[in-house]
Amino acid sequence: MQFQTQSIAKPYFIAAIGLFVGQILFGVILGLQYVVGDFLFPEIPFNVARMVHTNLLIVWLLFGFMGAAYYMVPEESETELHSPKLAMITFWVFLVAGALTILGYLMVPYATLAQVTGNDLLPTMGREFLEQPTITKIGIVVVALSFLYNISMTALKGRKTVISMILILGLWGLALFFLFSFYNPENLILDKYFWWWVVHLWVEGVWELILGAILAFVLIKMTGVDREIIEKWLYVIIAMSLITGIIGTGHHYYWIGAPEYWQWWGSIFSALEPIPFFMMVIFAFNMVNRRRREHPNKAAMLWALGTPVMAFLGAGVWGFLHTLAPVNYYTHGTQITAAHGHMAFYGAYVMVVLAIISYAMPILNGRAAANSIKSQTVEMWSFWLMTVGMVFITLFLTGAGILQIWMQRMGEAPESFMLVQEKISLFYWMREAAGLVFLLGLICYIISFFVKGEERTA
Amino acid sequence: MSEKFTKSMARNMFYGGSAFFFLLFVAMTFDTMGVLPERDHRENITPEVAHGKKVWEDNNCIGCHTLLGEGAYFAPELGNVYQRYGNSKEAIMAFIKSRPVEGIPGRRSMPQFNLSDEDLNAIAEFLKWTSEVNTANWPPNIQG
Repeated sequence: MQFQTQSIAKPYFIAAIGLFVGQILFGVILGLQYVVGDFLFPEIPFNVARMVHTNLLIVWLLFGFMGAAYYMVPEESETELHSPKLAMITFWVFLVAGALTILGYLMVPYATLAQVTGNDLLPTMGREFLEQPTITKIGIVVVALSFLYNISMTALKGRKTVISMILILGLWGLALFFLFSFYNPENLILDKYFWWWVVHLWVEGVWELILGAILAFVLIKMTGVDREIIEKWLYVIIAMSLITGIIGTGHHYYWIGAPEYWQWWGSIFSALEPIPFFMMVIFAFNMVNRRRREHPNKAAMLWALGTPVMAFLGAGVWGFLHTLAPVNYYTHGTQITAAHGHMAFYGAYVMVVLAIISYAMPILNGRAAANSIKSQTVEMWSFWLMTVGMVFITLFLTGAGILQIWMQRMGEAPESFMLVQEKISLFYWMREAAGLVFLLGLICYIISFFVKGEERTA
Repeated sequence: MSEKFTKSMARNMFYGGSAFFFLLFVAMTFDTMGVLPERDHRENITPEVAHGKKVWEDNNCIGCHTLLGEGAYFAPELGNVYQRYGNSKEAIMAFIKSRPVEGIPGRRSMPQFNLSDEDLNAIAEFLKWTSEVNTANWPPNIQG
């Protein structure tokens, strides 16, 4: 560790992993509820479990991004963090607020939670991914501002690199677009239109800057390739992300009441969205091929190479699969969407956070560069189990989706939703099995942190 | 990447491209806002419809259902449920009201939300209003 205050990243990474475990446990519950409809009913109905699953995902990724920023920005800026104390206060506030929110979801009916947290005063709840009580949303803004202040002050007083600037720009964008979560008009159509300014402009916009910056940082450290080359690639990749992704928002505006020209604009621009992900694949493999050193952390290298590949498949290929308006007319809101969502989030954001954790954690634990070979072997097993598990979750959901579309939307005699769900339940059982493989991978991942052994040196 | 393509060109492409397309997106949003009133028949958003949206949100209906294709994929699409239930508000209200508290053994079941008659009427009004938005002929058929 080059700067003492980088150690702030460690609690953030640990919290991220802890919440990740919770997310996956609820994922397994949800998968079972798809086939055993009354599992845990009425104590934990599907909507509650899903809310926990998706909200934990968002929160742990945010912990991961913040941890990444606390690790990267001091090192990039060549200076200590502006206020480590503030960073620790922010950590506890965010963790406690997050835990209370999740407990609220699980302990009381959602309507009661809405009532006691004052949703009547400023209604923002009950919208997908933005289910948090308004007071939690305000808390998120406060935490984000304190975090951004800390990180920005650090960058301002030190060396300004392209990587830290892009990372900070992405994080500011994240906070800025989250403000649209407070806009909830009575008109459902307006609500939906601007809901996407949070959701789409996050995951297909500013989050891609964060993704690019983290990946570029890890690649610089691991390959020793000249910073100039990596930064040029970074600029081009994120340029393509935003050039395609901003107007690409239109692929959400086809069927929610917006004018029909969005079918053209959304189709054309979002068809180009795989390009930056494909460039990311070329970039990562190129940099590794041109490496000037053999970094001893092979596990981190695996995550860093896996990220662009899986992001390209999940976000790029599975996104393109259903993004053209005439196709989306049939696939919209089916299991195809679920398939894409799972692999895209895993490939792009889960894996990049695991990549920076894999790179940074040994150093944060006082090692020179890497864990023991034994520990890395277990971690690499976890990589393959989780990744293969996710590939099959995606494939089975895609199979379910195709059948669903055929039976419910395209055939001569369209059948009802519930009837079709029963007919395709085999695919849901298989998805659940793949989910258990993913869970097994996650268990290996946790174990890898406790495997001792001699530090591996180059 | 080619040596002739410099880092500052890449930087300009990023800042210029992003700014241009974001401004274009904002301009298109302004245009959409101008056209929307003809498509979303907002003049029909009565106090009941607005209250229905609140009931919809307060009970996290989107956690199982899709509405105009957005939400969770565990339970049926509700953007056209009003037509699917024979253009009947009463049928929608009766369905919500009659959900068994303990669920249905082995099957998916909607929770019993114990909504008041006022809330039931409001949610039905909200779903009726939603079903009358111009959604470019989506969903493809009555099954949603």
